[in-house]
Amino acid sequence: MNTNYKVSVETSGETAIVYASDYLNKLSGERIERECRRQIDAGCRTIVVNFGETEIVNSIGVSILLGVIDAASGAGARVVFSDVNEDTIELFEMLGLTNHVAIQG
Amino acid sequence: MPENQQKLIHTFGALAELGHEVSQKNNFQEMIRTSLHLLLGALGIMRGGVARYSRFGHELNMLAVRGLGDEFPLSLTICNEDERQFLTNGTVPIEIAQAKVLPFFQIYDRSFAAKKLELLVPLVIRDEIVGVVLLGEKANGEPYSSYDRDIICAMTRHIGVGIAQRNLMAELERRAEENRRLYDDLRMTYKDTVKAFATAIDCKDKYTEGHSVRVGKYSEIIAAELGWDDEQVEGAAVAGYLHDVGKLTVESSIINSPHRINAKETAALNKHPVIGYEILLPIHHPYADVPLAAKYHHERLDGRGYPDELCDRDIPYIAKIVCLADSFDAMTTDRPYKRRRPANEVIEDLQYNAGRQFAPELVTAFCRAMLKEITLETKQKKFRRLLGREYLEADGIVPLLKNALNGMNGTSSLTLVSLD
Repeated sequence: MNTNYKVSVETSGETAIVYASDYLNKLSGERIERECRRQIDAGCRTIVVNFGETEIVNSIGVSILLGVIDAASGAGARVVFSDVNEDTIELFEMLGLTNHVAIQG
Repeated sequence: MPENQQKLIHTFGALAELGHEVSQKNNFQEMIRTSLHLLLGALGIMRGGVARYSRFGHELNMLAVRGLGDEFPLSLTICNEDERQFLTNGTVPIEIAQAKVLPFFQIYDRSFAAKKLELLVPLVIRDEIVGVVLLGEKANGEPYSSYDRDIICAMTRHIGVGIAQRNLMAELERRAEENRRLYDDLRMTYKDTVKAFATAIDCKDKYTEGHSVRVGKYSEIIAAELGWDDEQVEGAAVAGYLHDVGKLTVESSIINSPHRINAKETAALNKHPVIGYEILLPIHHPYADVPLAAKYHHERLDGRGYPDELCDRDIPYIAKIVCLADSFDAMTTDRPYKRRRPANEVIEDLQYNAGRQFAPELVTAFCRAMLKEITLETKQKKFRRLLGREYLEADGIVPLLKNALNGMNGTSSLTLVSLD
């Protein structure tokens, strides 16, 4: 596991953009979930998870995203998935993630 | 891509990864966390947890949780044997909502309901429950299908195997540790028995009280100075403790004679090494050479010893060590017919007899150990305790020891023997 990995985040007002990258698909992806929780705790109302650099999402990635959804729904925040490729959108639809998030671009 | 096909690829990908994860010898906690991620992510399950069963406390201890929050109990107690049996018999996921007749599900009903937990999957390996997996609702809001349940069964079996493997390893480690402790206890008992024996041997000889114990300690000092490992050092000590066991059969009047004994008495006394060997031989010692040390501790390198007049290389090494320790103690303790000799004389005697009576490298090691203690190079006080402080701090001992060490450096026993 790469322990030096840092989650890329951009914030603007009450919105935080978190870049999923390929780390989402490993145990180290739990940092992405922790970062989202931190942003929610800090007052973010919208969490945008950017999949621009994510080719595929595996089961670990799905589980981590479900954690993000769970944390956001508990705090009344919204989750948006952006730059998602078509295969991944299909996967999210099949597993029901799209019931909980908005898909953007 | 058709949905069914994508579903298959996704879930089988998770199953393959799970199999890989469980078969790796990674960190157990990480393996469990990853397994839970894979299971939840494979079917889009919002939350869940993996617990390991403790047969000692009849508890299910949570190993990994996702989305269960801080209020969820870390440990779930199984109320009775019937419940444990019920879980052990479970081959399919149990619907939590339909299992409320059991006290276990009644007790934790609130916690399960608060987190919308729907399924409890017993992890049963070889008819033993090793844990459970708790699963919440699916993200798509649909009920679990039979396909989902099949996938869950396949994946949780992997997790169960992972936990069973871990339990097995822990049990092996525990048993190895228990064995090690038992072995240590046995060794301690053996050592205590040997010491008691040494004391019994010494009781027979009122003039040399504590001789066997001291020879054991000197032998230990020599072996340690030679760099032997702990077990070998202990073996040398035991050989020293028991070297005179044959004296138990020699008449007390001979051993305790206040005068020099005659030839007949000497012959009787000199049988003690062989008798000692015969006493020790049938005993299974943890250290192989103990009987040989008893038999040959009166042999000399120059072949003038007894019982077999062996020369240098024919004398077992352990016997050479005990010989030096025995002679040193004889020279440094009072005897009925002779006062103990001063330290300088003893060191000169050791140096003179290196190659004749004693193995030179052993004399070197012994002198070096003594010098280290006198010059405080070591904090040990073994010689001080055995000989008394004043005895060792007599004038001129340090230069004498240094001189002895310099004189013997690079001298092999063979060259010294040839000079004799």
